[in-house]
Formats: sequence, structure tokens, C-alpha cells
Amino acid sequence: MLKTLESAVPVACWSCSVAHNDFTLFCPHCSKIQPPPGGDYFAVFGLEPRLNLDLPALEKEFHRLSRKLHPDRFARSGEHERQWSLADTALLNDAYRTLKDPLRRTEYLLKLRGAEIGEEAAADGNSRKDPSRAPADLLEEVFELNMQLDELREAHAAGEESAALESSLAAAKQKFEALLAEVDRDLRQQWQAWDAGDETAREAAQKAMMALLDRRRYLSNLVRDVTGTLGA
Amino acid sequence: MADGRVVGIDLGTTNSLVAYMEGDKPVVIPGVDGSNLVPSVVALDPIRTSEPGAAPGRPTVTVGNSARKALIETPERVIYSVKRLMGRGLEEVGRELKYFPFRLADDVEEGEVPRIQLGELKFTPPEISAYVLRQLKRNAERFFGQPVTQAVITVPAYFNDAQRQATKDAGRMAGLDVLRLVNEPTAAALAYGLDRAKEGTIAVYDLGGGTFDISILKLRDGIFEVQSTNGDTHLGGDDIDNLLVAIALDEIHAEHGIDLRASPGAVQALRKAAIDAKVRLSTETSARFDIELPNGDRYQREIPRAVFELLIEPVLERTAGPCRQALADAGITPEQIDEVVLVGGSTRIPAVRQLVDDLFHLRARGKRPHVELNPDEVVALGAAVQADILAGASKATEEMLLLDVTPLSLGIEALGGVVARIIPRNSTVPASAIEHFTTGVDGQTNVAIHVVQGERELAADCRSLARFDLKGIPPMSAGLPRIEVRFLIDADGILQVSAREQRSGKTAQIEVKPTYGLTDEQVEDMIIDSFDHAEEDFARRLLIEARNEAETILAAVERAPRNPLWQQLSSGEKEAIAKARDRLAAVKQGTDMAALREATIVLDQATRHFAELMMDAAVSSAIRGKTMAAAGENLDETVTAPHPMAAAEFK
Repeated sequence: MLKTLESAVPVACWSCSVAHNDFTLFCPHCSKIQPPPGGDYFAVFGLEPRLNLDLPALEKEFHRLSRKLHPDRFARSGEHERQWSLADTALLNDAYRTLKDPLRRTEYLLKLRGAEIGEEAAADGNSRKDPSRAPADLLEEVFELNMQLDELREAHAAGEESAALESSLAAAKQKFEALLAEVDRDLRQQWQAWDAGDETAREAAQKAMMALLDRRRYLSNLVRDVTGTLGA
Repeated sequence: MADGRVVGIDLGTTNSLVAYMEGDKPVVIPGVDGSNLVPSVVALDPIRTSEPGAAPGRPTVTVGNSARKALIETPERVIYSVKRLMGRGLEEVGRELKYFPFRLADDVEEGEVPRIQLGELKFTPPEISAYVLRQLKRNAERFFGQPVTQAVITVPAYFNDAQRQATKDAGRMAGLDVLRLVNEPTAAALAYGLDRAKEGTIAVYDLGGGTFDISILKLRDGIFEVQSTNGDTHLGGDDIDNLLVAIALDEIHAEHGIDLRASPGAVQALRKAAIDAKVRLSTETSARFDIELPNGDRYQREIPRAVFELLIEPVLERTAGPCRQALADAGITPEQIDEVVLVGGSTRIPAVRQLVDDLFHLRARGKRPHVELNPDEVVALGAAVQADILAGASKATEEMLLLDVTPLSLGIEALGGVVARIIPRNSTVPASAIEHFTTGVDGQTNVAIHVVQGERELAADCRSLARFDLKGIPPMSAGLPRIEVRFLIDADGILQVSAREQRSGKTAQIEVKPTYGLTDEQVEDMIIDSFDHAEEDFARRLLIEARNEAETILAAVERAPRNPLWQQLSSGEKEAIAKARDRLAAVKQGTDMAALREATIVLDQATRHFAELMMDAAVSSAIRGKTMAAAGENLDETVTAPHPMAAAEFK
């Protein structure tokens, strides 16, 4: 069953009136479906916020809850139960979609902790540097790469072959992919630090993860551009 | 009513079917002519002015096989492949109609749901589909002997919000409570996965008459979890027919100086010949066009399969991209696909099977695609399984659950016309996203939001879904209101929106202006069959309808011997017809519905060969440019027999 969380607000079940905490999808007393609970995505699965998750267990729980919550199970129920089934299943699906993906999960946890994530947040540009700018250690290579990309696009437009350029870009792509893998390794290390650490350690890990996510976003855009241009 | 049966309906581009669960097995419900397939063809009936059970003031229409013959006879009163027009805007429909003989009503305006001119009347695409659905509903009611008001309807997985909503609207107009829209490839997977021993990853390749879908699913413990889906709602067997027809028209023009494009009846006859040739080429290495032209010349053309395959290669190649994208989105390689299921009549084409084999490396791995279930029926069978799941009353399906995805990303138009994606494609539905909006001007009381669907960067390149106007925002300084808008894609893949202004706690009003679609009131006005007939009314209506059908077929049989084609029947066939006729005449006035129904089917089947002979004659006379009225005289009007055309089953 779902874990009872200490901060939970007691509410009465609509069906049997027995009080339960606000984080449950079903009444522990009469098992009836409840309106969408107030907790976060981790709470949907009865989990504390964590970055290392047991994915097969998460999938199993997702399937178990789907069987109970899905609108298909309420096709002939009353209007309220149908609406709650829809809202609860949407919450379950949103939670699973976010938590099963390492990057979405990391971003979500950081957001829960008050961080502003993503390109829109960064574009406001108040606290951090503009992520559309190349990380300092890559400046030179990115400059070179962009020149080559432009050349290749021009060659494509003119209908010319440019094998040398393409192989050089392919090599660059490999290098940046390796850098991406490195970022992912570093991120995983920070997960460990966050999951195991105290509040001070978590603050430090969060800061590191924010920087890594920016770097990752930059690199993956770069790889996407190169792949797109090579494929065109 | 809550305990009534839930049927599964495949509302197809070319053919439609209705099915139900008989015990632990899904079964297709045949029409009165004994055929499982109801051609998705609707003809406006020019003769009869009323019909039992029809609401007063409603036009009477013919649906299915009997409507198909009108395609050649009175093409301006017939519409088919209407699924290609569902949920589409004026411009798109205009583009689409280039390939079809029907035309838009003259007074259609931009921003309205386009209406098609049919004889003297005008219909929206959902209304036309509603007539097909009503026919299926009646077939099911006749079969069960009780009203049917709840259904599951299938749609192409790649259908967008507007196309889904249009399908649901059609259901409501037909007097059906649509409990769920199910994606066609997923339905096919349900039909195949009924025996729960199956586990693993499967790909469903669905090439139908007008749409193409690819879905990749993971099966485990009775849960069918869609991983990714892709497709093209504008790609199918119709495109192949169009290619063949275009070539024939060009060659006839070049070689014989005759432009048949101007005569819709002749184009339809040519289309029928093209479809016949296409179907033959699936089993034979060559097919032949042989058509008599108005000037007495013959257009003869041999089409070797190799030429046909070269011709259709560009069409088939268009299915490869979506397949590769679906694999990439599911994060798997072709080798990780355990099974491939083929759905849709067009997958009978050997070149399609070859392409699927190449895409998923099947032969190399000693595998073959699944074709055990009839590709024309498998979607309807799956819809019946889903209907059974929803009814929740059966052991066969109690462990089964379908988790489907939204095929297209949902986004909102942000500053500069770029799309901010809020629900990515291939998210399991229902799915939701919450966005916050604020005002840009002091005292501003409404905010406009533009919702789009699609994968492109710019809103202008995506599909416009709807424009929402958040109204009644309390006047505050710019940027102070905080309006929370919740976007929810439900299990049918249809968007719902709700909003709240958080500082004042007021629920903001939303005015939804769907970009392509009917309002609730419009749908209400278009209802052609309402849910609530009393039981005895219903039984009476069934009996009257059955008697009318019997009358029509008996009258046609009475006239048949005067037709010269009658002589082509064997004496055995004539005897069988006479016997079936006498039996039907005997039970006609009784109240035994089952006997009446059976006798009608027997007579209909006994006359099928004759009907086919008449149909062939009608086709050649249409090509020769003879009007059907004149042909009708020659044929002594026997062409009005209820099922003069062979069933549309392309085996």
C-alpha cells in the first residue's frame, strides 16, 4: 500500500467518511477511488524524493496502479468517480513519465527544491549565465564546428559533395557525444551525493546538477544540429 | 440501459464493421445481406421520401453495398471515403476533393466545418459518418433484437484532436454513447493478444484505405502498453487507386482522344476496374484493364505486377519514415521487435509485405508477420475486446488493460510564434500539464491562448487546435494575476481545458473556439437517431424495417426474369432463387423476426450471382457513357434491388 506521509492533511473519504491522509489515491478503509491527492510525483508511488530509482519496481507499481485507476475501470461508474479516475490516472501517467526518465526526473526534483529549470527560466537570465553560450572550455571547438556546419550547409545548397568536411564533422559529433556521456556519468555521481547527503551536501549537489544540466542541454543541441546537417 | 451491450465499431475509410464479444471470443455482426463489411458509402435516396424510424424532415439515405451501386448511377448523390475529410478545415477539404467526384457546398465559409453538396442537400463529414454508424447500430440491434446505445469506435492512431472529436460527434449524431475512442493499431493488438500467453514487444503496421499507422507496444501480464506511435492520416489504398485511375484517364485521352474526367460516372467505373486490378495483382503476376469506351473503342491495358510495384513504390516508401521514427521514439532497434502484426486491406499487397520484412528484418530472423486474423476485420474484433473491457463484466478481459499514447505533441503558441511544448508526443494518456499565464497590460481582464498539436518549432507549421479566451480576470496591475491553466488529454486523446485565477481564487471562464469542429449545439441539431426509443417502439420498428427489406428484395426478384441477364443463370440457381422467394413470401407477414431475417439473407445470397452480373453490366454501360436512366430501362429497373453489388470483401 501507499506510504503515509507525515505532512499529509487528513480529509474524509467521500464514500465512507472515514478520514485518511490527502496523499492517497484510494480510501484505506473502503478502497474507493479518491480525488487527485496533493502530493508530488514521488508520493504517487509512495516514494520519498530520490534520484536513484529502481525502474523495474517503478514500472511494476505503475502497472498495478493503472489497473486500479484507469478510466476503463470506471466506464460505467458515476460522474464523480469517472472524473477522479481520469484526473488520478493523468497524475499517475504524468508522474511515471517524469520519474522513469533520468533527465526529467532530475529536473523535476530540482524544481521541487525551488530551482528554475529549462531554457525559458534561463532566458530570463537573472541568476545564471545564458546557456545558449558555449561553455568556456569548449569555446574554440564550438567555433570551429559552427564554421564547418555553415560550410557544409552551403555545400549542400550548392549540391556539392564534401566528403572531407563530413568526416571531420562526424568525428566532432563523436567527440561531443562522448562529452555527453561524461556529463551523464557526472550527473549520476551527483545523484548519489544528493540521495545520501545531508541538507548541505544536497545544496552542493543541486548546484552541480544545475550546471551539468545546462552543459548537457548545450551539448545535445549541438549534437542534434550536427546530426541534422549531416543527414540533410 | 447501463447494462446494455457495448459494441465495437471500426469506422473505416473504405469499409466499416461492428463486432461484439460472444463469450470469450470477438465476433463480427453481419449486415442483413450476410456481409461482415458495410462499405462506408452513403447515398442520398432520390425516390423514397420517408422511411420507418426516420425522424420527420430527415433525408433518407442508403448506406453500404446498396449505396455503392449509386456511385456509378448517380455519382452526384453519393459520398465515400468521408473519413479523409473528418475534422479537416476548408482548405484541406478543398485540396482533398480534387480526387473525388463530390464537391463542397457553394456557401461554405472559412472557419466553418465544410459541408459537402449531395444532391439538393448539404452534409458535414460527421453527419455522413453518422449515417454509416447508424447503419452499423441497426445491424447490431437487428442481430441482438434489442437497442444498442453504447459503443467503442476506432480511429487511426495518428488522428489529431479535431479528427477524434469529429468521430465522437458522429457517434452522438447516430444515437451512440461513445464510451471510448480506441486507436486502430492498438485495437488490432488487443484482438491478437487475447490469448494472454503473448508477451514481448510488437509492432502493428496498419495500412488501410486512407490512413497509415504504426504502433509499437509492450505486452506484459495483460497490460498492452503503447510505447510509440506514428503515421500519416493521408496515406492508403485510395492513393494507389488514384494512381491507377490517373494513368488510365491519361492513356484513354492520349490514345483515343476521349476525356472521361468530365463524367463522374465513368471515372467511378474506371475506379472500380482499378480496384479490381489492384486486388488481382496481390495474387496474380499480371492484371488487365479491358473497358469499352463511348465511341465503341476498347481501352486495353496489361499491368504486370513489376510495373505496378514500381508505380506504387513512392506511396509505400512513405510508410517507412513513420516506422523508423516510431522505433526511435520507443528507443529500440528493429531486432527488438518480437512480432509484427499486419492490419488493413492494403497489407495484402506483396510489395507491402516485402517492405515490412525489410523494415523489421523479419526473414533474416526467421520470423513472419502475423496475418492469421482477417486484416479487414481485426480492428473491429479488437474494438469488441475493448468494449468488453469497458463493460467490465467478463472473465475473458478482466485482466486486460490498454495504455495508449497521444500521437502528437501538445503545445501553446508563445512569444514570437514559437511553440512551447507542454505534453510530448507518445505520452501515455490521460496526460496533463499545468501552465501559468499572466497579463501584459494593467487592468487586462482576458488572456488569449492558442493551443496547437504537432512537432514543428513554429505554431504556424503545427495544427491549430483551438483558441482559448480566459475571461473574467479581476483587473490588476500587469503581471500580477496568476492564471493556472490545466490541459488534460483524456483517454480518447481529446483535449480538455480548465483554468483558475490563483490570486483571487476565481475560476476563470474559458471560451473554447475549436479551430476545426462543431459546437455542442450544432451537434445537437444534427442528431439523426436519438438514444431513447421505448422497447416496444423498437421492436415494431425492427419488424417494419425487416418487412420493408423483404418487400424490396421480393419485388426485385419478381422483375428479374424479364432481364436478359437472367438467362445467364443456371437452372439450379433459378430454382434456388424460387425456393428462397417462396419461403420469404410465406414468413413476410408473420411476426417471427428471426425467420424473416433468415429468409431474407437466404434469398439475398441466392441472388448474389445475378446481382454481380447486373453490376458488371452497369459498370460497362457507365463507361460507354450511357445514362443509368437509359440503362435502367434496358435492365427493367432491376438495378434497384437492395444488394446488387457483390460484397466489398477483397479476399
